[in-house]
Amino acid sequence: MNDAEPIIVIKNLHKHFGDVEALNGVDLEIQRGQVVVIVGPSGSGKSTLLRCINHLEIETAGEIWVDGQRMTQDQRQLNAMRSEIGMVFQLFNLYPHLTALENITLAQRVVRKLPAAEAEEIAMKQLTRVGVAEKAHCYPAQLSGGQQQRVAIARALAMNPKIMLFDEPTSALDPEMIQEVLDVMLDLAREGITMVVVTHEMDFARAAADVAVFMDEGRIIEQGLPEVIFDHPNEERTQLFLSKILHK
Amino acid sequence: MASKSISTRLNALPYIESRKEQLRYNLREFPWWLPAMAVIALVTYSQIFTQSSYNQAFNFIKIGLTMTITTTVWAFATALGIGLVTGLGRISSNVVIKNLATLYVEFIRGIPMLVLIFFIAFVGVPAVVGGFNQLVITFAELGAPVPAQFLSGMQSRSVPMNLRAIIALSITYGAFLAEIFRAGIQSIGRGQMEAARSQGMSYWQAMRYVILPQAVRNVLPALGNDFVAMLKDTSLVSVLAVRDITQVAKLYAAQSFRYPEAYTTLTILYLTMTVVLSMLVKLVERRLGRNERR
Repeated sequence: MNDAEPIIVIKNLHKHFGDVEALNGVDLEIQRGQVVVIVGPSGSGKSTLLRCINHLEIETAGEIWVDGQRMTQDQRQLNAMRSEIGMVFQLFNLYPHLTALENITLAQRVVRKLPAAEAEEIAMKQLTRVGVAEKAHCYPAQLSGGQQQRVAIARALAMNPKIMLFDEPTSALDPEMIQEVLDVMLDLAREGITMVVVTHEMDFARAAADVAVFMDEGRIIEQGLPEVIFDHPNEERTQLFLSKILHK
Repeated sequence: MASKSISTRLNALPYIESRKEQLRYNLREFPWWLPAMAVIALVTYSQIFTQSSYNQAFNFIKIGLTMTITTTVWAFATALGIGLVTGLGRISSNVVIKNLATLYVEFIRGIPMLVLIFFIAFVGVPAVVGGFNQLVITFAELGAPVPAQFLSGMQSRSVPMNLRAIIALSITYGAFLAEIFRAGIQSIGRGQMEAARSQGMSYWQAMRYVILPQAVRNVLPALGNDFVAMLKDTSLVSVLAVRDITQVAKLYAAQSFRYPEAYTTLTILYLTMTVVLSMLVKLVERRLGRNERR
């Protein structure tokens, strides 16, 4: 694959839920190693866009290309592609019947067919990376929200993904736990992992993002360097949104 | 589980002022029915072991226990398989599979169990046997190599009644268990399937490793209840002259005219089995509750 090629290409993406138009013609290109932060009011289609990238939502019209391959509905291709795209959810979605370690090894064993010992080694490495190695044998219920989300990040990283998608990863956390998750994400951003992050954390966006994207009503209103978008937005809607969330 | 801890809190002792009131509370809340039941059982069993007429009835009827228990176990095990497959079918995105599963469930739920047992034993099984014979003949006519013993045709009566009873109960309970499995699967949040799929697992891998382990754990109490219900419902197969304890008790009463002995013994046997089983189910439930990992 050519490294100069964008890793994600989204062309004229539309998504309808019944009569509701969640996405209304989105075009976006994301380069390798870029950290892209998507902001916008609720209902603007940010999460839908993110979920379309790994086809948790199937687009109504348009195209999504990941690493030179078009995302189709062919299940075999889809499973292979998804295993290369890590996803972190707002509500963590850890498997409650498995320990932290087992949460991470499951897909490696089932999807990657790795032997148990190797999967565990990788899992421990990732747990150490996100700073919860000592909780390896705890069940999700025994962990705080911040720890759960860090395990969820480790679970995604263990698949050695080309892209990491974050869907409001700190929105369900108590305030005192937000920073520990953001710190892990900042580390990942510095390591050069391609990340697409839907978030309301402006400080994180400024510190980590290469590109900020502002969405409203299913469209990308503007995109550019975070300092430009956040400090000197061109569009009135962006200004309005930022004034609401920055002076609350 | 969150809901469980809330309900325990709601059931916790209210604030009690005096000792007298505490005593009154304890007396009111004591499960009096339990010692009452124990006394009834004790009296009945002492009668069985001391009076020779009861003793005779008991020794006659207990022969049927093996049939009752094996019928329950086999039918329930088969129903579990049917129920799981049908339950998965009910939530399938395939329109044909979904409708077939729903048709089966709605069909069974609308028919009394006794009628179903008659129907399956005397209409369903012979029809399947007849169909099989027809198939063998067709194959033979087409020149397929068919083993000689099949050519003479299978007889309906070579399917014993106790097997028909197991088939009938399995098909009936399969529909009930399907609904339990379906509810269990649907009780698991959508996020679990999404997390598994986002890691590249196929639908069936996600079902097998993520959804079902949680769903089955959630529905174990319901499955336990249905196992107890199945034990009781095996009494219906006596209409097929299958020699379970009900049939044997009926025979004993008819030949000895000792109706009280026969039916008291029968009653206490069922009660003993169901109470013991219910206690086991509760034990398993409590153990699961202790290991609850949410």
